[in-house]
This record gives sequence, structure tokens and C-alpha cells, in this order.
Amino acid sequence: MNFPEELKYSKTHEWVRFEDETTAVIGITDYAQDQLGDLVFVNLPEEGDEVTAGETFADVESVKAVSDVMSPVSGVVDAVNEELADEPQRMNQEPYEAWFIRVRDVSESEDLMTAEEYRAFTEEG
Amino acid sequence: MTGYVPNTPEEQQQMLKECGFSGFEDLYADIPEQVRLGQDALRLPDGMPEIAVHRAVEEMAAQNKVYRHIFRGAGAYNHYIPAIVNTIANREEFRTAYTPYQAEISQGVLQTIFEYQTDICELTGMDASNASVYDGAVAAAEACEMCRDRKRSRILVSQAADPKILSVVRTYSFGRDVEVVPVPEKDGVTDTDALQELLGSDVSCLLLQHPNFYGNLEDVDTAVQKVHDAGAKLIMSVNPISLAVLKTPGEYGADIAVGEGQPLGLPLAFGGPYLGFMAATQKMMRKLPGRIVGQTVDRAGNRTFVLTLQAREQHIRREKASSNICSNEALCALRASAYMAAMGPEGLRDAACQCSAKAHYLQQKLSEAGLAPAYPEAEFFHEFVTVCKDAEKVLSALDKEGILGGLPLSEDRILWCATEMNTKAEIEKTAAICKEVTGA
Amino acid sequence: MKLVFERSRSDRGTAYLEKCDLPSALPSEKFARKTPLRLPELPETEVDRHYTELAKQTYGVNSGFYPLGSCTMKYNPQINEEMAALPGFTNIHPLQAEETVKGCRQVCETLEKYLCEITGMDAVTLQPAAGAHGEFTGLLLIKAYHRERGDVKRTKIIVPDSAHGTNPASAAMAGFEVISIASDEHGCVDLEALKAAVGEDTAGLMLTNPNTVGLFDPNILEITRIVHEAGGLCYYDGANLNAVMGIARPGDMGFDVIHVNLHKTFSTPHGGGGPGSGPSGCKQFLARYLPGTGKEGSIGDVRSFGSNFLVAVKALTYILSLGREGIPAAACNAVLNANYMKVKLSDIFPMAYDTVCMHEFVITLEKLKHETGVSALDMAKAMLDFGIHPPTMYFPLIVHEALMVEPTETETKETLDEVIAIFREIFREASENPEQMHEKPVKTPVLRPDEVLAARNPVIRYDFEA
Repeated sequence: MNFPEELKYSKTHEWVRFEDETTAVIGITDYAQDQLGDLVFVNLPEEGDEVTAGETFADVESVKAVSDVMSPVSGVVDAVNEELADEPQRMNQEPYEAWFIRVRDVSESEDLMTAEEYRAFTEEG
Repeated sequence: MTGYVPNTPEEQQQMLKECGFSGFEDLYADIPEQVRLGQDALRLPDGMPEIAVHRAVEEMAAQNKVYRHIFRGAGAYNHYIPAIVNTIANREEFRTAYTPYQAEISQGVLQTIFEYQTDICELTGMDASNASVYDGAVAAAEACEMCRDRKRSRILVSQAADPKILSVVRTYSFGRDVEVVPVPEKDGVTDTDALQELLGSDVSCLLLQHPNFYGNLEDVDTAVQKVHDAGAKLIMSVNPISLAVLKTPGEYGADIAVGEGQPLGLPLAFGGPYLGFMAATQKMMRKLPGRIVGQTVDRAGNRTFVLTLQAREQHIRREKASSNICSNEALCALRASAYMAAMGPEGLRDAACQCSAKAHYLQQKLSEAGLAPAYPEAEFFHEFVTVCKDAEKVLSALDKEGILGGLPLSEDRILWCATEMNTKAEIEKTAAICKEVTGA
Repeated sequence: MKLVFERSRSDRGTAYLEKCDLPSALPSEKFARKTPLRLPELPETEVDRHYTELAKQTYGVNSGFYPLGSCTMKYNPQINEEMAALPGFTNIHPLQAEETVKGCRQVCETLEKYLCEITGMDAVTLQPAAGAHGEFTGLLLIKAYHRERGDVKRTKIIVPDSAHGTNPASAAMAGFEVISIASDEHGCVDLEALKAAVGEDTAGLMLTNPNTVGLFDPNILEITRIVHEAGGLCYYDGANLNAVMGIARPGDMGFDVIHVNLHKTFSTPHGGGGPGSGPSGCKQFLARYLPGTGKEGSIGDVRSFGSNFLVAVKALTYILSLGREGIPAAACNAVLNANYMKVKLSDIFPMAYDTVCMHEFVITLEKLKHETGVSALDMAKAMLDFGIHPPTMYFPLIVHEALMVEPTETETKETLDEVIAIFREIFREASENPEQMHEKPVKTPVLRPDEVLAARNPVIRYDFEA
């Protein structure tokens, strides 16, 4: 399983890439997509919506389940990856390219893990 | 013993014994004594053999008055149902199947729903249809819910829409604590100036019926423009037969089209079961409630139909689902698509043209008989309102001749309807009876 | 199988109407449809054959064994259909004057009276068109009751985690917040969890009893007492009424509001997903809130016209047929048939709760899945090759790899014995040759569908241009 070094990880299996101190890009991890199985759709917020660290900002659908996706940071949605609606398989195929949202004005962040820590976390089960 | 338990008492005893029970009592040991119904405590009549049941129920049916001629609509319409439609809907496989959860042995019912969804899209000019809901009023209420937006807390409903639909929309809104704001009616149509005043950034949608409850055609172009300018959605409630000839919700640019599917091959049946159809733009497809059938392939690559987009639904999303609906009116939807397959585009168009021709002739004849059109300026499809002195007198005179006249709206107003079922002679006879009453 | 649109060829349609003898009077051009109407165009022979083909690829309870748990797929008697097809019912306009619909009224009132008697309620409305619709209606009664008393803080509905998905969805539609409580190790309500959950904000509890794992909750009186003492009302989901009709009544168990499913318990057909009918019932103190009265206090209507009337005719026909002794006999035999199957399977199939069951029981295949990789889905699909409908899969959610079996009372012992043999045969196959189970079924008209493709690229209508 692939966990890129340059990213940070949450306990609820989202990855975060900080573009600068107050801008973060968020998606779900390789581990998450593997656990969820074939994803068929994602419900994303709208640009301008506020997101809060530790709270749901999106949900992903497989054929028989729907799972909440938590935001690891608080801030304002700056951009939304609309392409995922047309190509949901990208969440499975390339989870680190298939970003969900970019958040600006990040004011708060959860305690995030490094790639190494996250790998250990997933292996604990 | 009557009923449908096939095992004999001896077999039942044998089965109990094989399970290690001494009697039926043992099966119900978990039920507290206080709530157990005593022997013979159930106050129902004794069971009856089929011949007696037949007699009893037939006697009930015989107490109803079946009219030979019907000029009443107001949400339930008397149309010709080709015999083939009844034959198809009575097939046991369709009738006694459950929701098609096991696609491999349910391709028949799944395909009929897929065909129904296509028919509804074609009729309404919309992109996406669900597998149907309970009836036209519920379809309207569910459509309002589809438009819900946390920034927009009010829904507008035209006062020219069927009051029964408005009642159901209000009930559903009571559940969701949404404010329903009526848009006044003026001269038998929705007042678009009043609409303009009521629209605002807190309005999620407008529900507009076309043709409206009075049968009149609305200025939908103006309404859709105003509604969209305000960032709200337009829901059109439409008559499916009329869509063979009238501009479709899709052509008007509506966001959602709903309606009562009963005219498409379903009997009047004292109000049900009927069929609520719902269709939306591509953009709103995933907000549609209830079942949706989609096309895919099986392991061998053959075209296959399945229930799809299920993650919207209650069995997966539970309290976050867009609706609690878990059934559709599949057998009614089957009737509708069998009706459309039998009638074909020409047949449906012919039915629509006849409705309109006969309703206009009826209006003319009634007008000559002293029942003046209430909205002479308005254009209509197959329903219209008349004004006369004593509506009840007119209707009871017709009743004596086996004719169900229009629906009385007030002491002096009657809502009439004509369909392909009404003949020229019947219309003339009806007008003649009215004339005797009015003395015109 | 061709789609009806693919069979279509213009100018071959059958005409059903006579020529119109009146001049055309269509509305003016600005109201006219411009887009062509692409409905199918077929001669009647082709229409007939098309649907005959489709019917052959549809499986109903009158086709064969259909043990779909929580759906009560009992035999649908033919007399019901014949009665509902009487012209004295089918040709009645819903807005006819009262004195012309006495027969329809008698059907409705008689059915309402019998449903009150069977459920222990004081009043019933036939408006709801399905179980979920009945739930919504019943919950609005609860909402109206609290609101009228000014008790507006009661905003929460407690729902066990074993409940049907409609329960929380209906509660949300009625504007309530849903509080899910865990079940105890027997699959019943955890009394401590319930006590902890109730309070001044409790509007009510929704419960299915017998519950969704097929057990009658022995603490039922304690449960309803706890909720009532907290000021909440008790809602009974009648999905499983078939097990106890004529034996015990929800009204006597302490429930205030109920719905029943005429299409489950009272033998009306499911129609491939509807029309059903889900009458709501309540105790006297809630009766004034019922829909359809047009009176002060009513929650308003939940549909345009009175009821799914023809479904009501079928249910009444059924109750008249069974009567006082037939109703409990049906329940007893539904429970017996379920226990018989369970006993005959339990040596090899692990049961989720190994006690006496009601009308249905739940198998858990977690061990089989772990050991062989064969899932509940695989087992269900294998049954299709034997020509029977599989049980409900993956429900209730609290049981892993669940198969929920409800044989109903209308199956013969011979059928049950045959099906038991099939279940055992499939289990043996799964243990000996697990790999091939993933390929099942192999004898059906189509094989397993690609559901992921269907959901990722939704094609939900025929494409005329393709």
C-alpha cells in the first residue's frame, strides 16, 4: 500500500497536502479506498462552504454503502474536484491524484500523522 | 378450516414433534401472558368458503353506482384501457413478484421499469425518471423535497394547482418544518406578478400545475423565467395524456416534472392504486427518491438491468436518505408502459386530440345551455369551469340519467372534463338535460 | 431480450379508438409540443409477445418458493384479484357523491374495523400506500400530539440498530432526530441502553416486534412502559405482524401508533415493488390527528384520494376468507414452518440467535466466509440455479453475512423438505468447492450483473440515437 512521504494523514483515513500554511488539499488514502471497495460516486460540498476539523464534508458511495469523509482541517472550500463525479473510479485507481477539495483560510487542523506513523496506524488495524 | 395453510393438522403435529415442541403453545413462549389473546377472543366473523366470500364482496360492489357517462376529472380521469393492458398487468409473474433484488431472475420486471423510465422521459422531455412513487400528489411533495436547500427555506405553490396536491405538499412540509407559501390565482391562472413579489433568495422552488386544476393553461414561460432568475427551481405537475400534444416540461426548461399517471391505463378504482411519476434534469438525477433501474452488463457481457444508484436510498443511507420510500408502484408503472406500447405515439396523440376536441365541444354546448365558461379568456386542454345558478340541481338531473356531471366547486361553479370516452351524442344529451334545468 | 423500443416500427400500431367526429380544438401553437414523441409502435401481437417474454423472466411467489425475510411472501389468492376487478369497484370515480359509493365505504369501514381488532387499535386510516408511507403518517401523529400539548422539546425518535432503514428515514422525514440504540446479545432491545436514551426530549420509540432478527421481545411490556414513563409514545412497525396476528396485539403490548402492510400480512400481491398498502392505526387519544378527516387537528392528507382501494378490497377478501380461526392459524403455521426449517438446518448452518424463532430466522455465514471465502451473496446466488428465490441478504445490519429466511405459512411440508435439501446441498458445495461459488448462478437468463458499472455510468433510459 502506498503512503507518499510528503502528505499528512488523519485517523479517519484522509490525506492532506499543505500548499502553504493556510491552504490544504484533501483526499482519501489508498488504505481507505481499498477498504471501501469500488467507489461509484462522491457528494462534495460547494465552493465557499465552510468545513470544520473532525466533521463530515463529503460522502463516498459504493454500490451498497455510503461512508462519510471527515475534514482534517477547518477553513473555507476554495475549489472542488468536479471531475470525480464523472470519473469516480479515479478515487480507487489513483487516490492521491483524486483530490476532493482545496481549503483556504485554514484556521485549525487535527493532529495529523506522517506517512510512517500512518502506515503503522493502519497495520495495527 | 378455511384459509391457505396447506399442511394438514396431522402434518402440523408431526412437524411440531420433529422440532421438539409439544404444541403451538411452545412456539409462543416468549410472549408475556398478559398480552396473549385468549382462545376465541378475536372478534372477527368465522372464516368463509370462497363462494360465500364472493357473494359478500359482490354485494358490496353492487351498492356502488356505476355511471355510464362520466364528465368528471379533477385528478382522476376516465380513459379507454385497451384489453391487452389488463391482460399484461394480470400476469402472475409480474403481479406476485417482490422488488427485483435478485437481478438474475428478475430481468423481466427490471426491463419493464427501464422501459417505463424511458417512456416518462419521452413524455415529459426530461432526462431522468425514477421507477415511480405512490401517486401524483406524493410525487409533487417529494419533488419539493428534492429542491430543499439549507439556504432556502420556503417553497411556493400555485393556488391554481389541485387542492388535494397542495394538501399533501403541506403535510410533507409539516414533517420537514418547511414553510409553504401560496401564490395567488387570478382569472383562473397563477398570478405571475404576485409570483414575482413572493420570489426571493430564500425560495427553493415553485410548484406549478399545467393544465391547472381549473383546466386552464398557464403562462409557464413567464413563470420559469422568473423562478430561475431568483435562483429557484420549477416543478411542473402535468397530465401525461396532455403531453402528447402540449409543450413539455423539458421544452419549458422545468427542473422537475411530476404528475398523476392514472390516465395511462389505470382504472378509476375509487382513487387507487394510482401512479406518481417523477422526472428531472440530468443535474438533479441523484436527488430523485426511490427506485431507479439502470442498464449494465453481466459477467458474460450481455445487457442486463439492475436496481441502481441505491446509495441514495433508505436501506443504505437511513436517516440521511433523501426519502423513506422503498417501494414504487411497479405494477401500475407496468400498466402505464403497456398502455403506451399499445397506444403508440399516434394512439396517444389521437386520445389527446379527442380529449381536447370533445371538451371544447362540451364547453360550447354547455354554454348554449346556460352554463357559461368561467374563464372565457383562458385556453384549456380537457377540463374547464362553468358558472350557472344552481350547480347541484344540474348535477342531480344528470345523475338521474346515469351521467356523472362535473365536479361542483361551489354553489354555482362546476369543473367539467371530457375524454375520448365521451361521444358527441352523449355530450349533446348532457347539454340538453342541463338546458332543461337552467331554462336557457 | 429486445427492448420494446427496439421492436418498434412506425405505421404498425394497432388503433383502439374510433375516429373523432368532432373538429380538432387543440390549444394555440405556443402551447404545442415540438419534440417528437418516441413511444414504441407495435401491433398488438408484438406487444403481447414482448410482455410474455418479460413475464417469463420474472419470478413471483405464485411461481415458486420465495423465503424473502421480512417481506412475508405468502401465496396471493386468486379470489382477491377477482373481487378487486369487479366493475362495481374499478369504475368508481373517487369524487362521486357519498350516496353513490356506499359499497366502497363498506369495504373501507369493514377493513378498518377488522384491522383495529387484529392490532388492538381504536382507529385506522387506509391512506398510506406502503409501509414506509404508514410510518411517516404515524410519526406525524406523534409530532402533532406533542406539538398540540406544547411539548415542543420532544424532537427525538429512538430506533434500535436492528431496524429497517425506513424507520430512521421516516423519522427524519417527519422532522425528528434519530437516536439509534444498540441491541443486546439476543438481538432484542437493550433495556439499559433504552433507559439511558429516554428523557424529556424523547418523542417516541419505533419498534418492530417480532423484531428484525425474528424474535418476540420478551421485555415488550417493560420497553413500552419505560418509553411512556419518559413521556414518549410507542410506534409499532407491523412488518412482522404475520407471526402474531390473532395471537397477540400491538395495542395490548403498549403501542400507541402502528402501521400494517396489507401486501405482507394480508396476502395482497407485491406487484414487483408495489402497489402496496400500509394503513396506520392509533389509540383513541391520537385519532383526531389522523389524515383524511378534514377536521381540526388532522395532520392533513398523505395522498390525493382515500386509499389504494383495490388493495384494500383484496385484503378484506382475505380476512373474510380466513376469519376468526384462520387468522391465528396462519400465524401459527408461519411460525411453525420457520422453526421447522431452522431446526432442519441448524446442524450445519450457524444461526445468529439459536432460540425458538417467530416467522423468520437469521443464518450467519461469517464462519463460512472466513474459512472458505464464500459469502452470503454467493450462497444466495447459488440458490438461483435451483429455481428458488434466495432469502433476504445482509439484513439486519447487526448480523454479519446474514441470510434471513421467512418461509410463510402457505408452503407445504414437501416444499420445505425440498428446500432444506437444496440449502444443505449448497452448503456442501460451498465447503468442498468454494471457488466455483463466486461464479453462481450459471443457469439463469443473465449472470451476475456488474453493479459497479451501473452506478458509475448510470444509463437509466433507452438511448434512441445509439
